[in-house]
Amino acid sequence: MLSLKVALWSVVITLPLGVLTAWVLARKNFYGHALLNGVVHLPLVLPPVVIGFFLLAMLGRQGPVGSFLHDVFGITVAFTWQGAAIASAIMAFPLMVRAIRLSIENVDTGLEAAARTLGASPFRVFYSITLPLISPGILAGVVLAFARSLGEFGATITFVSNIPGETRTLPLAIFSLVQTPGGEAGALRLVVLSIILALAALLFSEYLARRTKQRIEG
Amino acid sequence: MLELSLNHRFEEFRIELEFQAKVASITSLFGRSGTGKTSVINMIAGLTTPDSGFVKVGDDVLFDSSKGINVPPEKRRLGYIFQDSRLFPHMDVRGNLLYGSKMVPPNGQEITFERVVDILQIGNLLDRKTSNLSGGERQRIAIGRALLSQPRLLLMDEPLASIDAQLRSEILPFIEELRDTFGLTVLYVSHAIDEVIRLADKMVLLDKGIKEAEGDVEEIMSRLDLHPLTGRFDAGAVLSTRVADYDEDYDLTSLAFSGGVLRVTGVQLQPSTPVRAHIRARDVSLMLARPEGTSILNVFEGQIMEVGDEGGPQLDLKIDIGSPLIARVTRKSFNDLGLGVGKNVFAMIKAVAIDRRSLGGQR
Repeated sequence: MLSLKVALWSVVITLPLGVLTAWVLARKNFYGHALLNGVVHLPLVLPPVVIGFFLLAMLGRQGPVGSFLHDVFGITVAFTWQGAAIASAIMAFPLMVRAIRLSIENVDTGLEAAARTLGASPFRVFYSITLPLISPGILAGVVLAFARSLGEFGATITFVSNIPGETRTLPLAIFSLVQTPGGEAGALRLVVLSIILALAALLFSEYLARRTKQRIEG
Repeated sequence: MLELSLNHRFEEFRIELEFQAKVASITSLFGRSGTGKTSVINMIAGLTTPDSGFVKVGDDVLFDSSKGINVPPEKRRLGYIFQDSRLFPHMDVRGNLLYGSKMVPPNGQEITFERVVDILQIGNLLDRKTSNLSGGERQRIAIGRALLSQPRLLLMDEPLASIDAQLRSEILPFIEELRDTFGLTVLYVSHAIDEVIRLADKMVLLDKGIKEAEGDVEEIMSRLDLHPLTGRFDAGAVLSTRVADYDEDYDLTSLAFSGGVLRVTGVQLQPSTPVRAHIRARDVSLMLARPEGTSILNVFEGQIMEVGDEGGPQLDLKIDIGSPLIARVTRKSFNDLGLGVGKNVFAMIKAVAIDRRSLGGQR
């Protein structure tokens, strides 16, 4: 299903970047900290359409980045499902960063210092101590981001439009069906489907969270 | 040998000290809470960078502000035992113990897993989770974890602070054993004078980040001017003694020291075991003539060497009985008996606290 593919890819794109950004925001104090924080949170407060428009301007065939991608690599993202994944990724990014950042802030820096004195380099400390300890937070971030991506509408429709089979994700399909006379029954089916998807995601994350917690706390 | 000199300005106070610690000895950094002891140890470990100074272990310079050397903590090979254990919650006991040893080259594993498990008596804990361990168990595992990272020096930051008194006496011998079996240099930070008297080969007295005194425990404890820092309640001389003999009928042990023989109860030790006796000033009373018909066993004749007068209702007197002894008397008694420097008195000791069972060959 297209929506799942888009949401999955959006999570895959945001995850490593999200962890990195969350770590930088939680641990580093630098000039421009507030600015970075603001930029990361923009998609949360701006109308999604604005993000979509911005993406279209940048990544569209005529946009500075889009034309470069097209001319050099032959890649087009506007009006494709990849574009939809990028749009949802950007919309989901702040949610993921927030969840992960909170869990990083909860990690006792004393444990990391202890690991350093035992001979672990900062990188090793990160993957052997910090990462395992924040895995519940990462999980929560992933679920939030996944759910947000599934429901993304405004930025998607603006950036990649509503092309059946290419960029028509679940919410766009429901929207189209509602707009079509006699489409209510179809819309209802999709509504039920999205409820099932959302519930499944929540239950799955709950299950994983409990397992991780057990593993960490014994 | 550890040599250091540190200067650092915090918002609230300043760190300014230098000292040396001998190989295979326990040096105690003693001071009240909030005097910057932990800051000092963090600087040695490389977790905090001092404004200026140097830290040297043997010939290795770990930090030198004038040469721009600052070795990162993971390359310093110093074992740090924190007050709060800091065991990794997502690993079991074995995982914690082996965390540091994974980063040591195989040919550098001088301190073996089996030996550490044996000495610390943690064999039955290896597969346990860290969350349901007692404070004493946690701290033993923290010590084992630090040892297995093959450190050349152990930094201990009040390792017994969160452990109850009974467990404390179980862990203290381990720390002596680390020095004796592994030949490790230990820097032991504490604000508990009884731990220092029991363990330290040498003490460094810290107040508000600045070194006030450095030397033998016996010497520092007998200095009247340092009583505000060493703790007024527990103030008192520390005598180096050796077990002379044991009277089974009365459960009395005789401890020989340079001023004679001190008799104490409830200490069953092999003859010639070195023992430190801490005689609190408040447990010493003075008489002008040799007391007759007293129940007190320990009476020593001596001369008052020094009067510590801080203006309060009590005074501390240092008396030479062959070793320095400190007695606390009221100002009224002081005046009534006409006490003063040079006066001969008899000191009666009511109770003796034996704070150090073994000096490990008394260095």
